[in-house]
Amino acid sequence: MLSFILKRLLLAIPSLLAISFLVFVVARLAPSGPVEIIAGDKASPAVIQQLKHQYGLDKPVLVQYTDYVWNMVRYGDFGKSFQRGGQSITAMIRTDFPVTAQLAWQALLFAIVLGIPIGIFAALYHNTWFDRLAMLVVVALVSIPSIVMGPLLILVFAVQLRWLPIDSWTSPSHTILPMITLGARSAAILARFMRSSLLDVLRQDYLRTAIAKGLSRGKAVWKHGIKNAVIPVLTVMGTVFGALLSGSFVVETIFRVPGIGYESINSITKRDYPVIQGMTVLVATLYILVNLAIDVMYGMVDPRIRSQEAKQ
Amino acid sequence: MTTTSASQETPAQSPTADAIQRLRRNPVAKICLLYLALLLFVALGANFLTRYPYDFQDTQRYAVTPSPPDSHHWLGTDEIGRDILSRLLFGARVSLGVTAVVIVLEALIGISLGLVAGYRGGKTDLFLMRLTDIMFAFPDLLLAILLTAIIRSGNQALPGWLSFGPLFFALGIVGWPGIARLVRGQALGLREKEFIEAARATGVKERDILLRHLLPNLSGPIIVQITQDVATVILAEATLSFLGLGVQPPFPSWGTMINDSLRYLNSKPWLLLVPALMLAVTVMVVNFLGDALRDAFDPRLRQ
Repeated sequence: MLSFILKRLLLAIPSLLAISFLVFVVARLAPSGPVEIIAGDKASPAVIQQLKHQYGLDKPVLVQYTDYVWNMVRYGDFGKSFQRGGQSITAMIRTDFPVTAQLAWQALLFAIVLGIPIGIFAALYHNTWFDRLAMLVVVALVSIPSIVMGPLLILVFAVQLRWLPIDSWTSPSHTILPMITLGARSAAILARFMRSSLLDVLRQDYLRTAIAKGLSRGKAVWKHGIKNAVIPVLTVMGTVFGALLSGSFVVETIFRVPGIGYESINSITKRDYPVIQGMTVLVATLYILVNLAIDVMYGMVDPRIRSQEAKQ
Repeated sequence: MTTTSASQETPAQSPTADAIQRLRRNPVAKICLLYLALLLFVALGANFLTRYPYDFQDTQRYAVTPSPPDSHHWLGTDEIGRDILSRLLFGARVSLGVTAVVIVLEALIGISLGLVAGYRGGKTDLFLMRLTDIMFAFPDLLLAILLTAIIRSGNQALPGWLSFGPLFFALGIVGWPGIARLVRGQALGLREKEFIEAARATGVKERDILLRHLLPNLSGPIIVQITQDVATVILAEATLSFLGLGVQPPFPSWGTMINDSLRYLNSKPWLLLVPALMLAVTVMVVNFLGDALRDAFDPRLRQ
């Protein structure tokens, strides 16, 4: 198991380097560099030269990149924002990230609580009206973009009915609409996957055996069915987490939630690209680590997979 | 996914013809195709179907904008007096146009790399697979958001048509690995088949083997994959434009229109409803069509 984790971590390094290098190079392709942005149009060449030296921008790009990665790995230093009075990006992450994390957790919980039971009941009542209705809702939820669903929820529940507040992040009730917008798609993904997974298990011989030896159908489904069906659902958790992470940029912008997504999007108009660079590295690392954790968990709950990995 | 197997017992007609026949019998697919044909017509004919250019500001007629629908502007005007209907229809052109460019880009890169890697195998293949691994290690939309964000934050606003550049670049870069993997896998399976071996033995050039013998046999899976990508790209364009990263003013985009509407939700909800409906219906229709195509090309997958 340990060697598996180590191997995966080693494989993650090239991915992280490639993504961060891509973003780093693309940022430096810009005709007007960061110094021109900070100094403004009227700055003299001498001032610009001095600023370039100060930010290390007079070195070759590859050296800059190495420095950047080194500072990040060694000191956890993501660089400084051009705006916000040169606040360090690490400090920004410290204030903004908990907000995004809370939103993502809530959305994940919402998706699980809604999606898994719907999937289970749709499978148990396969080909009944409930199954068909559930699958129709699932297709709709997967198809409706969050930039449509979010504003529609605001229109109905905040503007027309006035049930829920928006445009702030100060109380639990403020989190409900963003949570639903972010989690709806994931709930649909989970429901669909749970349904097909349980349908597979219900066809298995061991379930028939369990019922044949005298277990009631309910007990058999619970003890042998659902437990076995939930395990494969773990594999889509990676996809779900990716959807939550990308979605948080959009949902935070719709609802003005002060998380890393909203702050990154705000930084674009201020042309504050060290912030976006830092967020990219953060988000990429997070995504890769979570996916690794999911794979490890998957191996732990299902011995069959563990033995497969051992063979490889 | 081996509908294109060359060793079917009674090859009455080609798998593609089979698929088209199955598609014809599917009423959902028919409705979807009809909608898309209509959308394409509207997008191409936007100049003739609208009464105002998409960037014409009718500020003389109205003291207060956005103005509600009336006989001059059937869907009203936006906050700077531009005709909503015009922007909606030209928005269809932008949406479909961007999608077309991006799909062609990613298909060209993906198909050519996938064919070469799958056919040659060895180090070429290994290198391509590592490259796609890196791209797959990251959600597409997120990468597109970050790429366009970094380009836009580092540059002055690009003028005119150039402003579409970052969008094409970002969406093209995230889109090709999926197609490359699919094509590579299929080419790998077909490589050892007799008809390819025969072509090789008779001295057909590698380029001709790839384009004339391999590619036509992969058209089914490629079409299915591309249809699914179309929905993704339409959605990605709208989402990026919503975030201010995609289509830049004065060009219209459904995503931008949705974002602009948010400030008027209290008093003028139709500003949201009109573009939101167009976007949601279009994405849903393409998704349904994708499912129908997949079933038509591989009936065994249907559940």
